[in-house]
Amino acid sequence: MTNKNGRFGVHGGQYIPETLMNAVIELEEAYNHFKNDPEFNRELTELFNEYAGRPSRLYYAEKMTKDLGGAKIYLKREDLNHTGSHKINNVLGQALLAKKMGKTRLIAETGAGQHGVATATAAALMGMECVVFMGEEDTKRQALNVYRMHLLGAEVIPVKSGTATLKDAVSEAMREWTSRIEDTHYCLGSVMGPHPFPTIVRDFQSVISKEIKEQMLEKENRLPDAVIACVGGGSNAMGSFYNFIEDKDVELIGCEAAGRGIDTFETAATINTGRLGIFHGMKSYFCQDKYGQIAPVYSISAGLDYPGIGPEHAHLHDIGRAKYVPITDDEAVNAFEYLSRTEGIIPAIESAHAVAYAMKLAPTMDKDKIIVVTISGRGDKDCAAIARYRGEDIHE
Amino acid sequence: MSKISKAFENKKAFIPFITCGDPDLETTEAIVRAAVENGADLIELGIPFSDPTAEGPVIQAANIRALNGGVTTDKVFDLVRDLRQDIDIPMVFMTYANVVFSYGAEKFISICNEIGIDGLILPDLPYEEKEEFQALCKQYDVDLISFIAPTSENRIAMIAKEAEGFIYIVSSLGVTGTRSEIKTDLSSIVKVVRENTDVPCAIGFGISTPEQAHKMYEIADGAIVGSAIIKIIEKYGKDSPKYVGEYVKSMK
Repeated sequence: MTNKNGRFGVHGGQYIPETLMNAVIELEEAYNHFKNDPEFNRELTELFNEYAGRPSRLYYAEKMTKDLGGAKIYLKREDLNHTGSHKINNVLGQALLAKKMGKTRLIAETGAGQHGVATATAAALMGMECVVFMGEEDTKRQALNVYRMHLLGAEVIPVKSGTATLKDAVSEAMREWTSRIEDTHYCLGSVMGPHPFPTIVRDFQSVISKEIKEQMLEKENRLPDAVIACVGGGSNAMGSFYNFIEDKDVELIGCEAAGRGIDTFETAATINTGRLGIFHGMKSYFCQDKYGQIAPVYSISAGLDYPGIGPEHAHLHDIGRAKYVPITDDEAVNAFEYLSRTEGIIPAIESAHAVAYAMKLAPTMDKDKIIVVTISGRGDKDCAAIARYRGEDIHE
Repeated sequence: MSKISKAFENKKAFIPFITCGDPDLETTEAIVRAAVENGADLIELGIPFSDPTAEGPVIQAANIRALNGGVTTDKVFDLVRDLRQDIDIPMVFMTYANVVFSYGAEKFISICNEIGIDGLILPDLPYEEKEEFQALCKQYDVDLISFIAPTSENRIAMIAKEAEGFIYIVSSLGVTGTRSEIKTDLSSIVKVVRENTDVPCAIGFGISTPEQAHKMYEIADGAIVGSAIIKIIEKYGKDSPKYVGEYVKSMK
């Protein structure tokens, strides 16, 4: 569904410095070549299955279903992947591609640290150098993930500029890429940035919806009525939605981080509070002021704490194919605790945003309806922060 | 005929970059006047942006100082109106695509024409995306400046053929900021540019000393200096106009 220069409707494009243009053109050419290469796909499938543990389970959450008393709820367990989140899908794809392109060094941005950990992991596996940019604020919120990256042999650079969160980490990774292109691949972690990244990341993540479809047909012999996923930049959501876009009866719902509420300034709900703009290489919706200055967004979730959204999501919103709902910190924390107690599954605080919406939606639906919720990552990393949110002072 | 070409008529152009509103707009106005009095040929006025992805730490900090001081696009337009009372050398805006887009591209570009801004430099608008603003720039007679980078290679001819005003040649990989040495083979880049256009080219990124500037004057038609000037402003604040003036004189 992309056209010239990677447009999704009006969104997307390549708004980047001239210095990077040949790099993204080279990346696009390499990707177009390798995506149809049987050997590349064989290697990637082997990495997915043997290393990352795919396919991930589609688990029927029976207790949750009965407790909520409405639609049947299935959880797509991306939290069970190696490294603990969906991020590994994209990273294995990009790292393999980078290696085929002759690159020896990966750089990445990270918010919660999940993408950074996944990139550090792939770099260790493939014998590549790795540098991860992480907002200084996030290095404090997610100290455990910083340690994991160090353990995996990566260098972690705390970014102090701006709000010292995910957007600043992206800016700094882009700056680093302009200074060192020859041996370096920028392993972007979400369906955002300049073309071809939104397409590449979506394709590698689309394994999620491919599996959901197969597993659902096997278990229920039908498609689900709704697929729900959390959205920051939007990679696990895009991966969860992609193979259902043409199945018009499947409702696609993205859950944005509303922070303290969409009527406050402390929010990161881009579709609900942002407007059209150009930033980080793409045209899409962004939280910004009237002069186009990017807003300092907020969410309890470091992984959703981003002022923009991937261009394909912006397009799915425009054409009404997907809807995007805001979930507050409070709702997400409640869902985090609810899923832990009800199903014995501790979800990432990011994924808890999707769980929170499922908790609202399921009781309004008939018992013969089916909802799939993507649990994009595991919640171990969030336990200390959620404890603090509840007033318990524990440290890792 | 582009008004910008005046800056390059029978001379090499020195082009200082100044972030508007750092430390405040009154000082910016005095700095521009000092630069003009001391021989600046074209002024590059930066409209601050919250997340300037092509800038190194020095200009990033200037953007933050200016925004924290309450500068807005409208206030920068007023500054230019004041400056245009008596300054007639070419002036261009340097900012990021979202500042133009978010203001309303037509409104922004038509105001540029009205207040006497001759060109627009947008580092996140490469050749592939220039149609975003190209037609409006033509309509309102504002030159959309093209960049050529050390990595442009096979793209140089294509970019040069459609260039207007002047061509901004990026001296080195990376972001803005002073460098002790510039290693790119700039002569070869300029040679390809010359084969494809008569539009003058100026070199920027990393230039701070008179020696570096004169080397650029030998290779190209002008030199652009940003971070070195911002450092002076950072050091001297409201007293910086005098020091910037002296610096500009030394770079001619």
